[in-house]
Amino acid sequence: MNVNQQPHMASPYGPSQPGYQGYPQAPHGGQHMAGGYPGQYPPYNGPTSAYQPGAPVPGPMCAPPTSGAPPISAPQAYGQYGGGQALNGPPPSAAPTQRPPVSQPYTPAPMNLSTPQSSYSQPFAGPPTSMQQMTNQMAGMQVGPAPPAGTAPGYAMPPNSQPPVSGTYTSTASHPSFPPTSIASPHPAAGDGVPPGPPQSYYGGPPHAQQPFPTSSAPPPAFSTASATPPAAAAPAPAVSQASQAFPGGPPHAQPQPPPQQQQQLPPFSAAGPTPPQQTPFSSGAPQAAPHPASQHLYGGPPPPQGAPQQQQQAGFPRPSPPTSQPSSSTTAAATTNSGFPGGPPQSSHPYPGVTMPQQQHSPFHSAPQLSGPLPPPPAAGGFPPQGSAPGMQGPPLQHPSMSGPPMSQANHVAPGSTQPGMPPPMGPATGGMPGPPTQPGMQGYPPQQNGAFGQMRAPQPGYPGPYPGQHPGQHPGQQNFGAPPQAPASAPPAQKRLDPDSIPSPIQVIEDDRVNKSTEPFTTGVRGQAPPLVTTNFQVKDQGNASPRFVRCTAYNVPCTSDMAKQSQVPLAAIIKPLATLPPDETPPYIVDHGESGPIRCNRCKAYMCPYMQFIEGGRRFQCGFCSCVTEVPPNYFQHLDHTGKRVDCYDRPELSMGSYEFLATVDYCKNNKLPQPPAFIFLIDVSYNAVRSGMVGIVCQELKTLLDYLPRENPDVPSAVRVGFVTYNKVLHFYNVKASLAQPQMMVVSDVADMFVPLLDGFLVNVNESRVVIESLLDQIPEMFADTRETETVFGPVIQAGLEALKAADCAGKLFVFHTSLPIAEAPGKLKNREDKKQVGTDKEKALFQPQVSFYSNLAKECVAQGCCVDLFLFPNQYVDVATLGVVPTSTGGSIYKYTYFQAQSDQERFLHDLRRDVQKPMGFDAVMRVRTSTGIRATDFFGSFYMSNTTDVELAGLDCDKTITVEFRHDDKLSEDTGALMQCAVLYTSCCGQRRLRVHNMAVNCCAQLADLYRNCETDTIINFFAKYAYRSMLNSPTKNVRDILVNQCAQILACYRKNCASPSSAGQLILPECMKLLPVYLNCVLKSDVLHPAADTSLDDRAYLRQLLSCMDASESHVFFYPRLLPLHKMDTESDALPLAIRNSEERLSKGGLYLLETGLNLFLWVGASAQQELLQNVFGTTAFGQIDPNMTCLPELDNPFSKKLRDIISAFRDQRSRYMKLMVVKQDDKLELIFKHFLVEDKNNSGGASYVDFLCHMHKEIRQLLS
Amino acid sequence: MATFQEFIQQNEDRDGVRFSWNVWPSSRLEATRMVVPVASLFTPLKERPDLPPIQYEPVLCSRATCRAVLNPLCQVDYKAKLWACNFCYQRNQFPPTYAGISEVNQPAELLPQFSTIEYVVQRGPQMPLSFLYVVDTCMEDEDLQALKESLQMSLSLLPPTALVGLITFGRMIQVHELGCEGISKSYVFRGTKDLNAKQLQEMLGLTKPAAPQAGRGPQGPQVPLSNRFLQPVQKVDMNLTDLLGELQRDPWPVTQGKRPLRSLGVALSIAVGLLECTFPNTGARIMTFIGGPATQGPGMVVGDELKIPIRSWHDIEKDNAKFMKKATKHYEALANRASANGHIIDIYACALDQTGLGEMKCCSNYTGGYMVMADSFNTSLFKQTFQRVFTKEVQGAFKMAFAGTLEIKTSREVKISGAIGPCVSLNAKGPCVSENEIGTGGTCQWKICGVDPSTTLAIYFEVVNQVSVCVCVCVCVCVCVCVCVWSPPSAVSAEPSERRVICKDLQRGIAVRPLNCYLSIHACTAVEEVPHRLIGSHFKKRFQAPKRISFKHNFGMRGETISTAQCFTVRSMEMQ
Repeated sequence: MNVNQQPHMASPYGPSQPGYQGYPQAPHGGQHMAGGYPGQYPPYNGPTSAYQPGAPVPGPMCAPPTSGAPPISAPQAYGQYGGGQALNGPPPSAAPTQRPPVSQPYTPAPMNLSTPQSSYSQPFAGPPTSMQQMTNQMAGMQVGPAPPAGTAPGYAMPPNSQPPVSGTYTSTASHPSFPPTSIASPHPAAGDGVPPGPPQSYYGGPPHAQQPFPTSSAPPPAFSTASATPPAAAAPAPAVSQASQAFPGGPPHAQPQPPPQQQQQLPPFSAAGPTPPQQTPFSSGAPQAAPHPASQHLYGGPPPPQGAPQQQQQAGFPRPSPPTSQPSSSTTAAATTNSGFPGGPPQSSHPYPGVTMPQQQHSPFHSAPQLSGPLPPPPAAGGFPPQGSAPGMQGPPLQHPSMSGPPMSQANHVAPGSTQPGMPPPMGPATGGMPGPPTQPGMQGYPPQQNGAFGQMRAPQPGYPGPYPGQHPGQHPGQQNFGAPPQAPASAPPAQKRLDPDSIPSPIQVIEDDRVNKSTEPFTTGVRGQAPPLVTTNFQVKDQGNASPRFVRCTAYNVPCTSDMAKQSQVPLAAIIKPLATLPPDETPPYIVDHGESGPIRCNRCKAYMCPYMQFIEGGRRFQCGFCSCVTEVPPNYFQHLDHTGKRVDCYDRPELSMGSYEFLATVDYCKNNKLPQPPAFIFLIDVSYNAVRSGMVGIVCQELKTLLDYLPRENPDVPSAVRVGFVTYNKVLHFYNVKASLAQPQMMVVSDVADMFVPLLDGFLVNVNESRVVIESLLDQIPEMFADTRETETVFGPVIQAGLEALKAADCAGKLFVFHTSLPIAEAPGKLKNREDKKQVGTDKEKALFQPQVSFYSNLAKECVAQGCCVDLFLFPNQYVDVATLGVVPTSTGGSIYKYTYFQAQSDQERFLHDLRRDVQKPMGFDAVMRVRTSTGIRATDFFGSFYMSNTTDVELAGLDCDKTITVEFRHDDKLSEDTGALMQCAVLYTSCCGQRRLRVHNMAVNCCAQLADLYRNCETDTIINFFAKYAYRSMLNSPTKNVRDILVNQCAQILACYRKNCASPSSAGQLILPECMKLLPVYLNCVLKSDVLHPAADTSLDDRAYLRQLLSCMDASESHVFFYPRLLPLHKMDTESDALPLAIRNSEERLSKGGLYLLETGLNLFLWVGASAQQELLQNVFGTTAFGQIDPNMTCLPELDNPFSKKLRDIISAFRDQRSRYMKLMVVKQDDKLELIFKHFLVEDKNNSGGASYVDFLCHMHKEIRQLLS
Repeated sequence: MATFQEFIQQNEDRDGVRFSWNVWPSSRLEATRMVVPVASLFTPLKERPDLPPIQYEPVLCSRATCRAVLNPLCQVDYKAKLWACNFCYQRNQFPPTYAGISEVNQPAELLPQFSTIEYVVQRGPQMPLSFLYVVDTCMEDEDLQALKESLQMSLSLLPPTALVGLITFGRMIQVHELGCEGISKSYVFRGTKDLNAKQLQEMLGLTKPAAPQAGRGPQGPQVPLSNRFLQPVQKVDMNLTDLLGELQRDPWPVTQGKRPLRSLGVALSIAVGLLECTFPNTGARIMTFIGGPATQGPGMVVGDELKIPIRSWHDIEKDNAKFMKKATKHYEALANRASANGHIIDIYACALDQTGLGEMKCCSNYTGGYMVMADSFNTSLFKQTFQRVFTKEVQGAFKMAFAGTLEIKTSREVKISGAIGPCVSLNAKGPCVSENEIGTGGTCQWKICGVDPSTTLAIYFEVVNQVSVCVCVCVCVCVCVCVCVWSPPSAVSAEPSERRVICKDLQRGIAVRPLNCYLSIHACTAVEEVPHRLIGSHFKKRFQAPKRISFKHNFGMRGETISTAQCFTVRSMEMQ
């Protein structure tokens, strides 16, 4: 971050707004700028001033920021994100500009590519789009610190945004951007008009800014268009909107709004068109050139630039704000990339309101485009505060310097956390100061400055390590940085403030941007290499030849052509496959294809199934396999003529030729023993030992089963389910029940020979529910009575599963066991366990053994279960250690699930358990499944993660496969791939449906192959990567000490990011943290993984919990793992009861909680309702029916049903959340300062946690340090 | 008492004991020359409607090694209130209760006509009486139905306070818990794995009560009188009737060309084990109903492949029967365990083919159980035979007794070689035990788990070398637990059984010349004694049939002989 930030800072600052403006101008200047980009800096310097004017333009750009004005509305809309998204258009431009801005745009622009620029240019070229520059974040960070100045705020905001824009955009979209920029020239014009504004702003500061905004607003469009070019439509549109919005809000909102906008915008930018837009900003950046100067100034001496910068900045600010808004994204990016840093510091120092500026810058910087998103917000928030520091700013020039110092320092600090952050902040400030001018100038100048900054940063960074651990480092660095700039002192304090969390990439922003951008149109799968919307986005899918992302998600949609590239990038190539995923009602489930008695048509050699990748040749008489290229005859009954394009005439009549997912009816050849399968059976095995009875579990299960049995899975709702059921209870011995319909009363058969399990009866154990209803009900009534007085506390476990297995064997069918178990099986029997929980081993090298099964018995048993198609679901109700690691072996090897209800109490946990049970019983599933993943030549599936068993290296065997189970497959190269053909993957799952039909479900997926790393980084999915990493890490725990696992993770991510930095990002100071757009959340998510209870247990985390979560994660898809690692936190008090929309989520940090608020936190496993100590009475009344905080019962598990819209909506939300997840989430009411709050705080994952988990900011700094080490 | 023969006949009628020689040879040499051994057939419970049981304890010789019972042959000094033991010549004081004794006021045991006398002993806790049904379910529905009816009928014949239990088996073995409401419970075991008593106890959950009971004190002893598997007939009558009614043919599929899997060996083992750990040394009857040979697990007689026929007499003779030895060993071990605890094993085998009684015969032999063979449970042979098991005396007492101990004392002139019959040795060595064993020898005490009025054992004696005295005395002490009647309103109703001691005191002369012996020989006894030896010789080969007695004759007498020992049919004889 820092790094980027610094650079960005420079650019951002300078560039950021100025940049934008500058860019535009520059561009204007042109294209000069472009050419000059490199030169830009120099030019910038010059331009700076000029640019500043230009900046104004950016201002317009900022206009979007202005949206700030709209912000209010817009911002809201955006939500945090919202704005951004809406702005998307613009922001993008901004963003793009940001990145590309400096570097690429410039480069391309060629104009001044002067040295600094050159460097930028490079970055741009590479990173631009994809890159989200941390810088932005940094910038944001800075912003935070910056100038809080009240006035500044507004300005600040803009500036930031602008700067970012310039920076970011430049980088990514850069070239295009530039052009836009050039186009932007108009902006300049506007800017010109604006410029005045800016200057004014500088002078007048805020006011000007406002003015600029307006102007900028005008420009924005231009930008947008310009930038738009790349992003094109999307960008433009948004841009406009943004612009408009921005404008409206612009001035007034300036500060507040801008940030939002910026953020929002930025995100958008980052997303798609961003780059281009960014470019625009950059273009504005051109003007930035001017900034550069500024930056240079900065470098040279902050003071001089300051003046100019200030003006520029101010101008920028004003404009920035506008620009910010639009450019915001771009700006951010730009800011980040470029001057962000350079400018940043200086500018910031400048005072700029710079503070604000910085913010803007930051945002820009951060994600060129996207980053901007995050950054912007930060700017707004943090930025301003920083601005406070900005005061220094007041003394515009000098102050700026000082500011910059501080900002920088802050940035640095932050950065430290992430150097970038630090940088950004500086940027922010710089930008603030720098804004217009600095930005670009900054950019150019930045290099130097940045360097300096970086240097400083670095200094801090060194500290980072330390900081990492603690905030101190951050501060120190900051101090140091500041120190560097003597001026800093003043600012120092602020600077010392940590990296502003608002300036670093915000998941909320990204999610919101994606939601706004992508949820409106259906996602069509026909386009190869296109990344789907995020898992958090609601979207519709149209299957046009590739499997829906609901079935298959890949980490990268552009696979490197060679293994060298893959190794270099370290980006894992993996697919998360959820073969039986349930689709929303508006999407068609896979069609069923029947190829008749001869079975599905397949390639002769590789046995791939008929799919859209099969190429028909020779008039349709043969087809060539897309996977192995082998040519196979088309069976006569399948022959069809080809049309003039070589497609079969019936292509669209046959799902297997036109769809990504479909099912074949399997023939008897695909059945075990060549015998059509029997309908599956469900067997319920209930622990009836003392604990089970006392906790109420037995009664609840029996009661529930009476009704639940009517809802066994079936395909045709009109026909009773074919699934048969059986019942077993057990403690130390097993009790089987004969519930044959002809019996007057059930018969219980006790098997006490647990050493050698067998099934005592054949007929009457597995029965049809409807036929035996009376007997079954009588049995279920009696079970709780029979064992009501039991004193047996010992249980067995191994024999229980054996019993179920034997029963299925005897009935010759597949099926599922539902085991309800309470305690460690210590009774004498196979699979007897010892209590091996030993807290002393936690954290040592011996820890890993605790996650391995303590006896091999269960592994062998699992193997047998899989062979029979016996899936085991385990419901645990432990009061103490039960050794989940061992008990879970069978469920996790058979495709089953584990549910754990620690300290189960009927009253409070009943609902949760019953929901889980109902869902588990009812959910659609397949039995006795085998999954095979085939790939085209060049790559192959090498590793698999999930709940299954593998007896060889290719076949994934699942005794049961339900709609929630996910299998993650890792691919590796074994040859070169061709860019033309792309890489193909076909996942075929052979299974028995719940009505006993044998089927084959086929999912096809084609991805692009790329020879450029940049393409890889541009089309990857962070959620999926994190999912993969987590699974990988959780499995590695079995073999390596946890600490090593964490280190490996950090290291791999650092390599990924460093590779990007090295190969794709525009060259910039090493102190700058540059993140790819698609991966800008990687650090924050990774930190969440590292901090998860499994990898980093808190003192009170039991071994069982860790083992449980470990196994839980192994089957999660990306959306579940996303919320698992980064919980969703909704501020309920901001909820609008009129609309259906959810309140905009906020980031998981305690700082964001307001005492007067009410928040809902969703972790995927739990729901927390956090009540602030001074929450409004009305709010409490609405929700709890009481006005007194003290009267809220912290033990309640469901909210009272009150007749008011707020309560209704809240309950609706809660129930909607629950429906969304495969497991029922228990609601816990957490009152502020209550003891329960500790648990709640554990899920505020951006904060440092009690067990030593790093805060997001600290981790970012650490990551930055790692990256720097790799780069150097 | 006109003739010697009449005298002997009278004695035999009174005591139920018949000697091969009513006058015994005076030396071993002479005895050897006479070929037919000095032996006797004992019918311990010979019905004596005229004999009133004596309601007090017998008076015993005070010498620790003797403990003979006061009898008519003892010398009594009425003045000194002393009596001399006729075996060890120890002089004993009469107990205080005999203070009024005199020549004219003699206690019954001193009257010559009470050479056989029956005491009712009050000592010791009341013992429950158990009937455990072990029922094969691998049979035709028709057969099973008939069997179920017989069993249900039998419930009404049992004394209401007797304990009853049910084990069914086929491929698996089910031990049914009785008296459950709403749901029928059973413990299931697989038929291929033998269990020892301790394992069984754990698996049936029978260990727990022990601990709490110890602490509970007085109530403790009452509890073990029944458990979940063995409950008083009167309590579980209905339940058991229903249970039997619901009994289904073994549900496991039998593929073509296979025999159904029948886990008789383990079922029997579980039955023995169940009683062993719950009611050791009390009267209990395991009634096994089988519809075919054991086909799996320990004790299997033939595999489940139909193409391999069950072993024939020739296979056995040529030692070519694959499972024979193992199975025999298994059942022998079971029989030993059962007899050690005083439990009886009855076998009712109804099938057209062989059922493996050859391997199982020791179950009946050792424990005094019945072995009944018929073609089907639906035949009157089975139905009536089974019903007769529960016949009662006039007073209502069952004609069966349990857990008897047979002790024989002899005067110095003769020693005991052994016994052949439904008994097992208690390994009681003593001065009167001969070193030459015939049948079950080396002991003067045997356990007879099941005794009925017709149960007869052959006891072999050896004449000690030099005999000068012309009178020898032998005394049998028989201790039995008899089933008490449930019918008599007044009777000891509450208790299903009471303990009785029956003493028989016999005296025979020694012949000076062998001719006298020959005059006294009882042809029937001599002949009857042979089948006993044959039965014994089957597993104790040291005995050879006397050459002078023809086998044809032997077989001609079979019917009578068997009726006194066991119900053998022709087919079971084949397997010898």
